[in-house]
Amino acid sequence: MSDVRLMWRKFLNVVMLTLTGVAALAVVSVLFMILGYLIWNGGKSLNWDFFTKLPKPVGEDGGGMANAIVGSLKLLLLAAVMGLPVGLMAGVYLAEFSGKTFAFVIRYTTDLLNGVPSIVIGIFAYSLIVLPVKHFSALAGGVALAVMVIPITVRATEEFLRAVPVSLREGAMALGASKWRTIATVILPAASAGVITGMLLALARVAGETAPLLFTAFSNRYWSPGWQQPIASLPVMIYTYAIAPYDDWHRQAWAAGLVLLGLVLVANLGCRLVLNRRGTYRSV
Amino acid sequence: MQRLRDGDEIAHLITLMFAAFVLLLTSLLVYELWINSSLSRSKFGLAFFWTRTWDPVGGDFGAAPFIYGTLVTAVVSLAIAIPLGLAAAIFLAELAPRKISDSVSFLIDLLAAVPSVIYGLLGIFVVVPLMRRVIGPAIKSTLGFLPIFKGPNYGVGFLTAGIVLAIMVVPFIISVSREVLLTVPREQREAALGLGATRWEATWQVVVPWARTGIMGSVFLALARALGETMAVTMVIGNDPKIATSLFAPGYTIAAVIANEFTEATGNLYLNALIELGLVLFLMTFILNGLARLLIVATDRGGGHA
Repeated sequence: MSDVRLMWRKFLNVVMLTLTGVAALAVVSVLFMILGYLIWNGGKSLNWDFFTKLPKPVGEDGGGMANAIVGSLKLLLLAAVMGLPVGLMAGVYLAEFSGKTFAFVIRYTTDLLNGVPSIVIGIFAYSLIVLPVKHFSALAGGVALAVMVIPITVRATEEFLRAVPVSLREGAMALGASKWRTIATVILPAASAGVITGMLLALARVAGETAPLLFTAFSNRYWSPGWQQPIASLPVMIYTYAIAPYDDWHRQAWAAGLVLLGLVLVANLGCRLVLNRRGTYRSV
Repeated sequence: MQRLRDGDEIAHLITLMFAAFVLLLTSLLVYELWINSSLSRSKFGLAFFWTRTWDPVGGDFGAAPFIYGTLVTAVVSLAIAIPLGLAAAIFLAELAPRKISDSVSFLIDLLAAVPSVIYGLLGIFVVVPLMRRVIGPAIKSTLGFLPIFKGPNYGVGFLTAGIVLAIMVVPFIISVSREVLLTVPREQREAALGLGATRWEATWQVVVPWARTGIMGSVFLALARALGETMAVTMVIGNDPKIATSLFAPGYTIAAVIANEFTEATGNLYLNALIELGLVLFLMTFILNGLARLLIVATDRGGGHA
């Protein structure tokens, strides 16, 4: 009788352990399936026009998304200019100057802001920028993305500054450097690789955001000079083209998807390889 | 020396201002959501939460179908993602050699970086047809007698959205759970194995319970993400504000209705109702994220045995 029980336990052991391996394999294979589908469908549709031409009027085949590529870059530039300095400075405060209670409040708020759904960030930027001036603009989209960049940068900066060895700090202090001098000339340079890759990861994350742009940057089928007009972006184009009923638009949505995913994954791969070599970094 | 210390004071003050700015920004976010939903809040009051009509023409708005859709898709996604994610995390933390475990975790982190609109794209062109032709009929022929699997299968609906969401949140469950499992002391495993437990029994009856607080934290984190996810859900849920028991039926979520109708909202009341939905969504994720953080902090402190 106990033999049967032991056999059952051993059987269960093998089955369950195998299942955990199958689960891990299944999840990883999803990544390769995503890559495969996009390379297959996107590769077929990707051509030179995609990068150089404007969208054609509805009903005409062909055209490209040159304006959306430039638009995405402009939005990212706005997000970087507005979001990164704030995130960096707040991160320096948390790592170097903070006391206990206030730092806890800031840290908690940062995590909270990081967890706010992106569509709600969109509403926020809408009521902040679009509502007063009564039109969609690149600026509003940039603000929405900047709000998302800030919390990620804060936490990354704090983490990498804290990882700088105390001996470096003490060395600088012992030479008579003041605290801000130590931070500016010793700690920040020592942590620079980590801080910069953290910032790039933050930008890579918002580069794929669609929801906060839908009613801030909106979209545009033409070039959008300056910062005050609605502007096209790759993620929003993928969305509108994918849900449209035209085959040629679907084709272009796949092409745009491939370009976007390529950019985001290459940025992530590069950053994570740099970070992994330099120690641990938790993205979640 | 005095000059140098003054420099420190200034640097302190400047960085403090930026830190305070983050606080200000978050408070402003809550304030804007509150103020800009005032029309809807004063007109519908608490009844907003259980009213089932969504009639932009008649100016009558209720959140019930959207809250229902948001919760149902989130529950479906967790029902798939928790077993899958926990199993994969167990494999990565307990069984796989360190090298394989690290590279697989790296790939899973990349999966978490895929933009949600890409999941939506694959959802529309891959998962929806698959649902219509393969998964849907398969479920109908085996479990079709259950009320949650009754009704016609269009390909779009709660179940499809739940599946896509599950794929999107599973990396978070794996990543956090794996880290938590790795913190379980070696002695725990050895003691169980020494008492004659099989590897699986040691894992399932000793290691996992030890790490349960942190695993719960990862689940809450995933739930918060699933509730707030917009694009992928909008593209596959069918966008129909109805409360249906069938998982095959098309539905609507809070995030999806905001994404779809915000730019078309005519009239202040309509816009206010949508912003109030945003406020509801914010509060839901706020509470969940808070709980998740508390649980994960508790694991860091108490070794998971809280």
